[in-house]
Amino acid sequence: MKELRLMKGNEAVAESAIRYGVDGYFGYPITPQSEILEHLMAENPYEKTGMVVLQAESEVASINMVYGGAACGKRVMTTSSSPGISLMQEGLSYIAGAELPCLVVNVVRGGPGLGTIQPSQADYFQTTKGGGHGDYRLITLAPASVQEMYDFVGLGFELAFKYRNPAMILSDGVIGQVMEKVVIDDYKPRWTDEYIKKTFPWATTGKNPNQSHVIVTSLQLDPVKQEQVNLRIQAKYRECEKNDARCELLNCDDAEYVFVAYGSSARICQKAIELGREKGIKIGLVRPITLWPFPTKVLRDMTSKVKGMLSVEMSAGQMVEDVLLATQHKVKVEHFGRFGGMIPTPQEVLEVLETKIIGG
Amino acid sequence: MNESIIKPENLVYRKTPVLTDNVLHYCPGCGHGTVHRIIAEVIEEMGIQETTVGVAPVGCSVLAYNYFEVDMQEAAHGRAPALATAIKRLKPDFHVFTYQGDGDLAAIGTGETIHACNRGENITMIFINNGIYGMTGGQMAPTTLEGMKTSTSPYGRDLRTMGNPLRITEILAQLPGTYYVTRQAVYTPALVRKCKKAIRQGFENQKKQKGTSFIEVVSNCNSGWKMSPVASNKWLEENMLTLYPLGDIKVPTENK
Repeated sequence: MKELRLMKGNEAVAESAIRYGVDGYFGYPITPQSEILEHLMAENPYEKTGMVVLQAESEVASINMVYGGAACGKRVMTTSSSPGISLMQEGLSYIAGAELPCLVVNVVRGGPGLGTIQPSQADYFQTTKGGGHGDYRLITLAPASVQEMYDFVGLGFELAFKYRNPAMILSDGVIGQVMEKVVIDDYKPRWTDEYIKKTFPWATTGKNPNQSHVIVTSLQLDPVKQEQVNLRIQAKYRECEKNDARCELLNCDDAEYVFVAYGSSARICQKAIELGREKGIKIGLVRPITLWPFPTKVLRDMTSKVKGMLSVEMSAGQMVEDVLLATQHKVKVEHFGRFGGMIPTPQEVLEVLETKIIGG
Repeated sequence: MNESIIKPENLVYRKTPVLTDNVLHYCPGCGHGTVHRIIAEVIEEMGIQETTVGVAPVGCSVLAYNYFEVDMQEAAHGRAPALATAIKRLKPDFHVFTYQGDGDLAAIGTGETIHACNRGENITMIFINNGIYGMTGGQMAPTTLEGMKTSTSPYGRDLRTMGNPLRITEILAQLPGTYYVTRQAVYTPALVRKCKKAIRQGFENQKKQKGTSFIEVVSNCNSGWKMSPVASNKWLEENMLTLYPLGDIKVPTENK
């Protein structure tokens, strides 16, 4: 039975993990996402579903615990915020290299360095271009509401297991901290060990008699074999780009101008669209839901229909590069951003559209 | 050859099926192969081949996963105890071990080592201490002795500038989470048998759920130390054992 609750985005992630049947959570406190670990500990999920929750000694340990659990075919996750996510990059590269599924949530705060604990979207490059070493990608989901924080836990695991690759929920301090209504599900049972053993032959579930042992590794000393691994991983990524790029279009049918924005920036743009339309400006919103794979085709198709695009991000200009790649200078594209923890107002966003795109 | 002597009663050695048939990449004379064999024999004797997961490190034994015929995971440098923690928590009925060298366990992975032991994870950690980074070509390790020459301490380890050799095993024995802490060696047949017993106890302890079992094996690195195998074992006995004396450091109370 569905239930309606008022929750913080961070709490929604934790509650969703328990109810989705996640096997393990390993995390380390950091603002602005510590409510995830707090909520999990308070809910005592081991009693409810058998879900293991462990506060690790560091983000480095957390992501490597995730590696160990993922290699057993379990649904495991960690969460953190920007500086902690930086510490996890080595582990993420190993997880992608060993082709293991897992979920990581980044509730982004302002940087660089220790930065600020206020919201930001400045980890876009790190997440979508590969923050760790080597050729790999993270399947990246960008929630714009508390409901999506809840829903994307399940979606993230679904995509992670579909492609045997880490998935990242790239949230921000606004979506993590804001309270909204959320529809929550019933408890789903966790996968049984028998199901995992039968379904995931790549997992270390104990050696089968008469079969060779399972090795989970990202090491191939022979470059010929390592290139083959890379080719296989890249083929997977092309499939993912073809099948799983997602975005939402709002007010685009008659739009002459569009904002391109994700997460809490998309929410601000929704208000700016209202303000603009009151003034008679036909504005729409393209909201990428997956940041990788990026909804390139949607934006490319739109170049012949609109007069200009404004990429709105809480960063100094990161996603705008993907918008430019998608639109290939066939339409005017500009960037507007506040950063370092500052959040733009809808009025500010509309004003920039009017001066840089319409009047520019 | 006279075929008639091939009889069960004449069998003096049989390779355990818990070791694969892959050719070991270790240098001739190195202790790794011996420790691999006795771990594999323990797994066979306990009948736990199908319920064991091992975690390999980064270092000389990075390819350990090719030799143990049990499910294996390869960890990032130093992180094996973190992987093992999650494996054991998610599969509590399994036997989980890490196999790590001194650079992996006592330098880059010190945090993971101490915290896994301090939480009392019910795992068995095998620590090969040869006082050097063998795989990368013989650099100074956290356990390198004072005055010992390595490629990054070419005039000998100078304690004033390079710090002191770390007796991590003694540190770990202080933690309430460790259940069994011992230091062994494998350079004589008698020591091999003793070490095997310790490893067996380390694996048996997992059934008791009372904390971490930690077995250090002081070993040689004849290549890195630039000695013959025999000379390196003699050097080990005369030099390494002063700072790293053999014997149990923390014994479960019921064994005392």
